[in-house]
Amino acid sequence: METLQLPPQWSTFARQTDWVFYFIYYLSVAFFVAICAAMVYFVWKYRRKPGVMSEPSGHNNLLEIGWTVSPLVLLVFLFHVGYRGYVDLTMPPADAMEIRVRARKWAWDFEYANGGHATVLHVPVHRPVKLILSSEDVIHSLYIPAFRVKRDAVPGYYSTMWFEATQTGETDFFCTEYCGAAVGTSEYREGDPNVGREGDRRHTGHFSMIGRVKIETRAEFSTFLESILRPPTDPATGREVSPEVWGSLIYRSSQCNTCHSIDGSAMTGPSWRGLFGRSREFVDGTNRVADANYLRESILQPNAHVVRGFNGVMPSFAGTLRDQQIDALIAYIRTLR
Amino acid sequence: MATEVADSHGHGDVDYNAPYLTAGKGIKSWLLTVDHKRIGVMYLISVILAFFMGGMFALLVRLELFAPGRTIMSAEYYNRAFTLHGAIMVFLFIIPSVPGALGNFVLPIMLGTKDVAFPKINLLSFYIYVIGATFSLYSIISGSVDTGWTFYTPYSTTSNTSVVSMVLGVFILGFSSILTGLNFIVTVHKLRAPGLHWNRLPLFVWGMYATSIIQVLATPVLAITLLLLAAERTMGLGIFDPALGGDPVLFQHFFWFYSHPAVYIMIVPGMAIVSELLATFSRRAIFGYFAVAMSSLGLALLGFLVWGHHMFTSGQSEFSTMLFSGLTMLVAIPSGVKVFNWTATLYKGSIALTTPMLYALAFLVLFTIGGLTGLFLGALNTDIHLHDTYFVVAHFHYVMMGGTVIAFVGGILYWWPKITGKMYDEKMAKVSWFFVVVGFNVTFLIQFIMGSKGMPRRYYDYLPQFEIYHKVSTVGSWMLLVGFLILAGVLVKSLKSGPKAPPNPWGSAGYEWQGTESPPVFQNFRETPTITRGPYDYHLCTEAELFDGFPEDAPKEG
Repeated sequence: METLQLPPQWSTFARQTDWVFYFIYYLSVAFFVAICAAMVYFVWKYRRKPGVMSEPSGHNNLLEIGWTVSPLVLLVFLFHVGYRGYVDLTMPPADAMEIRVRARKWAWDFEYANGGHATVLHVPVHRPVKLILSSEDVIHSLYIPAFRVKRDAVPGYYSTMWFEATQTGETDFFCTEYCGAAVGTSEYREGDPNVGREGDRRHTGHFSMIGRVKIETRAEFSTFLESILRPPTDPATGREVSPEVWGSLIYRSSQCNTCHSIDGSAMTGPSWRGLFGRSREFVDGTNRVADANYLRESILQPNAHVVRGFNGVMPSFAGTLRDQQIDALIAYIRTLR
Repeated sequence: MATEVADSHGHGDVDYNAPYLTAGKGIKSWLLTVDHKRIGVMYLISVILAFFMGGMFALLVRLELFAPGRTIMSAEYYNRAFTLHGAIMVFLFIIPSVPGALGNFVLPIMLGTKDVAFPKINLLSFYIYVIGATFSLYSIISGSVDTGWTFYTPYSTTSNTSVVSMVLGVFILGFSSILTGLNFIVTVHKLRAPGLHWNRLPLFVWGMYATSIIQVLATPVLAITLLLLAAERTMGLGIFDPALGGDPVLFQHFFWFYSHPAVYIMIVPGMAIVSELLATFSRRAIFGYFAVAMSSLGLALLGFLVWGHHMFTSGQSEFSTMLFSGLTMLVAIPSGVKVFNWTATLYKGSIALTTPMLYALAFLVLFTIGGLTGLFLGALNTDIHLHDTYFVVAHFHYVMMGGTVIAFVGGILYWWPKITGKMYDEKMAKVSWFFVVVGFNVTFLIQFIMGSKGMPRRYYDYLPQFEIYHKVSTVGSWMLLVGFLILAGVLVKSLKSGPKAPPNPWGSAGYEWQGTESPPVFQNFRETPTITRGPYDYHLCTEAELFDGFPEDAPKEG
C-alpha cells in the first residue's frame, strides 16, 4: 500500500511508523488551519478604520496557562508512541538472520552467513533480518524507505538495524550520510556495482551509493544464497575471477585474515606465507608436508593436526565454506611464496 | 554630558546633535566609528552581501538539481556549492544578521542610551567578523570546502579541500558573536534609561537578551571543537578520526552542543522582531507580554538540552535517544506560547497591512509550519524514517528562512525609515513580498513530500521518481530570486530618491520611534529620556498623539 506521502509499507514497522506520521500530520493540519483561520479573521475583522483605536491588551492567566500546559498531554503522547516504535526498531529478535554490511566510498557490501557476498541486498520475506553495519572510511548511513529503517555505519564501530519484510518485490536503498564524491568525474572504482545504473559509469559519490533491495520467497532466497558462492565477476572483463583472486577475497570475507597473516608474521595461527609445500611439525610430534589435502583438512577439521607453537582454537569451516571455495583458498595459498 | 561622551569615544570633532549619518564625514569616520548605529549599518551591508553570496550558491544547487544527472556542474562542485551555501548562510549571514545589524542599531535606542556598554568592543566585534569572513572566503578561493556546513568527521579530517581555513574562519567568527552577546547583556543590565524597568523592556530587547546568553555560553564549545578538528587535520592528533584512535560520534556531540543552541541564536531574534512588528501594526500590546518574554528565555534554555536529536541514527545509546526525544518535544511549549500570544494580539487590534506587517504575518504562518514539522522529527520512529532526507531540509528552511529571514526582511523595512531617514515604495515592496513568500513555499513545501517519500539530502543525482519535485522546487527558487531582486530595487530606489521619513511614520508607541528623529542624531537623544510607560501602551494616547508624542513623554519633549 502506498500512502499519499510515504513509500509503500513493506516491513512490519511501516504501519506503526506511518500511524504516528499521520497522527502528527492531521494534528498539525488541524492546528495550522485553526491558527491561520484565526489570523485571517482577526486581520479582516480588526483592520484599521479611521477613528477606531485598538482595545487595550493584557493577559489572561487561565487562557495562557491553558495553552502552555494542555499541549503537554499531546507531546507526552507523541513522545510515547514514537519511543515505542523506536524500541521495536532497536530490538531484533534473537533468531533474526544476520547479514554483515560493510560500507565504503562509495559502495555497500552485503555478506551472508555462508561467506557469500552481494551488492544487491537480497532478503527473505516474512523473516526477521538483522544487519550489522560498519564502515571502512567515513560515516555512511543505510536507509531503506519502504521498511522505514535507517542506521549510520560508523568507522571503528558496529551498529545494528533489523526489519522483517512483509511482501516480495524490489525497492531502493540509499546512503543518507553525506560522504563526498569522486574527484574528477572520470574516476571509476572497480567493483562498484551501483555506479551507472543509468548507464553512466563515471559519476560516483554519496548520491551513487544507492542500490536495490530484493525481497524474495524462501525458495528464491535459497537459490540466491547458492549463487553467491560462485566466484564473483570481474567488472573489467565480465568473466568470473580466477580461483586465486576469489581465494584472496574469501581470505578477507571469511575473516581468515584475523588469525593468519600473509606476510610471514605469526598471529593466532600460522602465517600463510610460504606455507604450501613446507613440512609442518605438530604438537603430537608428527610431521607432514602442507599439501592440498593437508590444507583442506586444516580448514574442515582444524584440530586434527595442530602446528607446534600454536593452540587448537580454530573453528571448523565445514558447512560454511564449500568445496569450490576451499579450492580457491588453496589456490590462493599456493600463490603466497 | 555631551563632552563626557566625546572624551570617552575620542570623537571630539563630531556634532552630537547632527543626524548620525552626517555627523562625521569621510570613510574614516565610518571605518573607525564606535557609534552603534554606524556599526549596525556596516553589519547590515555585510550580512546582505553574505546573503546574496549564499543565495547564489543556493540557486546553483537548485539549478543543478533541475534535471537528474549532470545539469550544470560536476559532483565535486555541487558538493562545494551546497557546503558554501550552508556555511555562508549560517555563519556569515543568519547568526550575525539580526543581532549585528538590527540589534546594534535598535537595542541601545530602545534602552534610551547613547550606545552599547562597550562601544570599542562593538567595533572590534565587527572587525573580527570581517577577518573571520575573509578567512572563510579565502578557503573558497583556495580549493573550497566539500564537507557540508556540519564538518562531520572523519570526512572533514580526510577531505582534501581547504577545511582548515574555513574552520578557522568560523572559529574567528565565533568570537565576534561572543563579543556582541557580551556587549548586549551588559548593556541591558547596566544602561537602561531611568524608569525602564525589566517589565517595560521591549520584546525585541528580551529576544536579543536571550540570544546573547546563548551566544556567550554556546559559542566557546564550537570554538574548542573546531580547534580540535584543525589540530587533528594539521597535527594528526587522534580525537575524532577512528584511524587515529578517535571517536567520530564525539564530534557530532560537540558540534551540535553548539549548533543546536545556534538554531535559537538564529530564530529567537526573528521572533523578537515579529513581536515588535505585530504590536506596532496592530496598535496593541503583545498579549501576555510576560509569557512571550519568558518563552524566549525558555527556548534559550531548552536549546542547550536537545542537541542529541540530530543523532538519533548515529549509534548514540538508546537511553540518550529517549531523553533527547522527550526534551525535544518540550520545545513545542514555548514556541506554541509565542504563536498563541501573537495571534491573540491581533484580536481587537487596529491592523494595518503594511509590508513589514505582511512579513510578520508570513512569519507566523511559515514558522507554524516549521514548528509543527519539527514534531515529526522529534518523535522517534518517524525521525528514523525522515532523518537526512529532504523533509529535514524543508523543516529547517521553514524555520531559518521562513522564520528568521522573513522576519529580518520585515525588520529591515520596519526600521528602514529610522536607519536611513527615507521612506520606501510600499507598493513595490508588497510585490516583492508576494514573490518571496510564494516563491519560498513553492521551493520548500514540496520538499516535505519528496523527503517523506525517501529522497535523501545532499544528493547530486536522484532517481527518476523524484524529478517532478525537484523541478517544482527549482522553479520556486527562481521566484525567490525575482522577489529579492525587486526588494533590492525598492531599497536602492528609496536610498536614491525616497521621500524623507518623519520621526514616527508608523505611529508606533515604541521608544525608538517616539524618542528619536529619523535618522537619529549621533547621540540618539538630545537629553537622556526618562521612561514612564511600557513600549506598547497604545491605550494611553489618542491616534493623533501616537504621531505627535505621548502625553506621558511630554515633559521631556522640546
